[in-house]
Amino acid sequence: MTSAKQPLLELKNVTTVVNDHTPAAKAILKQLNLKIYAGDFITVLGPNGAGKSTFFNSIAGTLPIKSGQILLQGKNITHLSVEKRAKFISRVFQDPKMGTAPRMTVAENLLLATKRGQIRGLKLRGLKAQLPRLHSLAASMNNGLVDRMQTATENLSGGQRQALSFLMATIQQPELLLLDEHTAALDPKTSAQLMQQTNERILQEKLTCLMITHHLDDALRYGNRLLVLDDGKIVFDVRDQQKQQLTKQKLLEFFGDIE
Amino acid sequence: MSMIVSSIGQGLLWAILGVALFLTFRILNFADMTVEGTFPLGAAAAVAALSHGVSPWLATFLGFAAGAIAGLITGLLYTKGKIPILLAGILVMTACLSINLRIMGGSNISLLGKKTVFSSHFLTSLPKYFDSVFLGLIVIAIVTVLLMIFLQTDLGQAFIVTGDNPFMAQSMGINPDRMIMMGLALSNGMIGLGGALIAQSNGYADVNMGIGIIVIALASIIIGEVVFGELTLNQRLVAVTLGSILYRFVLLIVLQLGFSTNDLNLLSAIILAICLMLPNLSKSLNLDHILRRGAAKNDLS
Repeated sequence: MTSAKQPLLELKNVTTVVNDHTPAAKAILKQLNLKIYAGDFITVLGPNGAGKSTFFNSIAGTLPIKSGQILLQGKNITHLSVEKRAKFISRVFQDPKMGTAPRMTVAENLLLATKRGQIRGLKLRGLKAQLPRLHSLAASMNNGLVDRMQTATENLSGGQRQALSFLMATIQQPELLLLDEHTAALDPKTSAQLMQQTNERILQEKLTCLMITHHLDDALRYGNRLLVLDDGKIVFDVRDQQKQQLTKQKLLEFFGDIE
Repeated sequence: MSMIVSSIGQGLLWAILGVALFLTFRILNFADMTVEGTFPLGAAAAVAALSHGVSPWLATFLGFAAGAIAGLITGLLYTKGKIPILLAGILVMTACLSINLRIMGGSNISLLGKKTVFSSHFLTSLPKYFDSVFLGLIVIAIVTVLLMIFLQTDLGQAFIVTGDNPFMAQSMGINPDRMIMMGLALSNGMIGLGGALIAQSNGYADVNMGIGIIVIALASIIIGEVVFGELTLNQRLVAVTLGSILYRFVLLIVLQLGFSTNDLNLLSAIILAICLMLPNLSKSLNLDHILRRGAAKNDLS
């Protein structure tokens, strides 16, 4: 993990403006620079309004950037659409409703996710043939999801639905996984369980991941790198050894300073 | 008896419209007004082709193609032009009025003496009204089975998920705009096909034949849902056809009560409004409970 290596994702002077060309125009990201290397598991902290969601939206392509460049493995993806980027980047949202198709069954949702970023033609979907694989994936979440394979996802609990969203984002290994406070809407127990499974899977599959969180404990406990975003810029960036030595106390002091 | 056979025949022919509208109304979750223009467009294209001596099935296919193109235009206005879907549909529907007059060269064309899909030797040998039952059944069966297969393909699933959660579709690498355009083209193509067949069944095409079409197509979807309740997707497609036939029976009864055919659009709208309100009404009035209790009492006595 030397910096001589080509970064997996590089943001160069990225500036994002909302309500551009109107009197309400406001810069959210300001000349943001960042290099992410393969295998990085990065936790992202920042006060409300720091631009964390905009940061993710810019990487995923949901929000076009005003200036700057986004490079994925050296390739310029700045102007690629969300659905084109989906081939490399997957995302789990805070709201469990956003990541799944409500009227389709758990099995159907999982099957759709196995083909993320692929061309979808007039080939039969082949659900039966994939069912054993989908079953064992669902079983790995240990939350009863496997017993509800034929249930429409709108009838699942929030925890099961979010576990499904996470599975769907990782079933087809992404180059980059974006987790946008994906456990925040869940009760503490379910949240902790999903966080545990998230960590296991990321380490197991050596995924590169950015995770926004408001839990200082989670930010310290998980990942090998920690970023703090404030006012559209990265104001703090530690990794490996330095991150391990970081304490909650020090982080709180730091947050006191930026506010 | 012949009235009942005729109703079944009409129900089967008109079922194509219900199934077509199902794609946009139930899968993509919006009401597509284009159908009021593509129905007479399909009819006009087919009838004009027939009167120029084109073979009946090719003429019918032209009805499909004309409808599909108009649907695609609605799709472009909605996805690329960012015009709200209701307005995009109304615009294309309105434009179709002029196009239809151009195609037909007048406000109606008769097919008197022209060869149509109904003039095959076999169909003409059937008893009265059985020709539309037979042809309607064949066409709706083929259309329904093809749709069932299509919806089980990767592309069909991508189409379904676009209606269900466009946001998630996009994050799975599906282009929602493309799916919406495909859906509108396919749906309006089928509406055009319906128009082509119904014009041949009626023996003429008329520019005004599209008025109230969306209500009739919706009625077959909603009646099917109200009568048959919770179903799988494939079963729901079949329920639309049964709903379409039931709708014809309701009209038959209403006409027997002494209403005139001029009242049909009013009656259709009332029937649809009642069916749309029924699920909520039965909940608030607790109809289910009352009906069940009534049945239980009868069982005891």
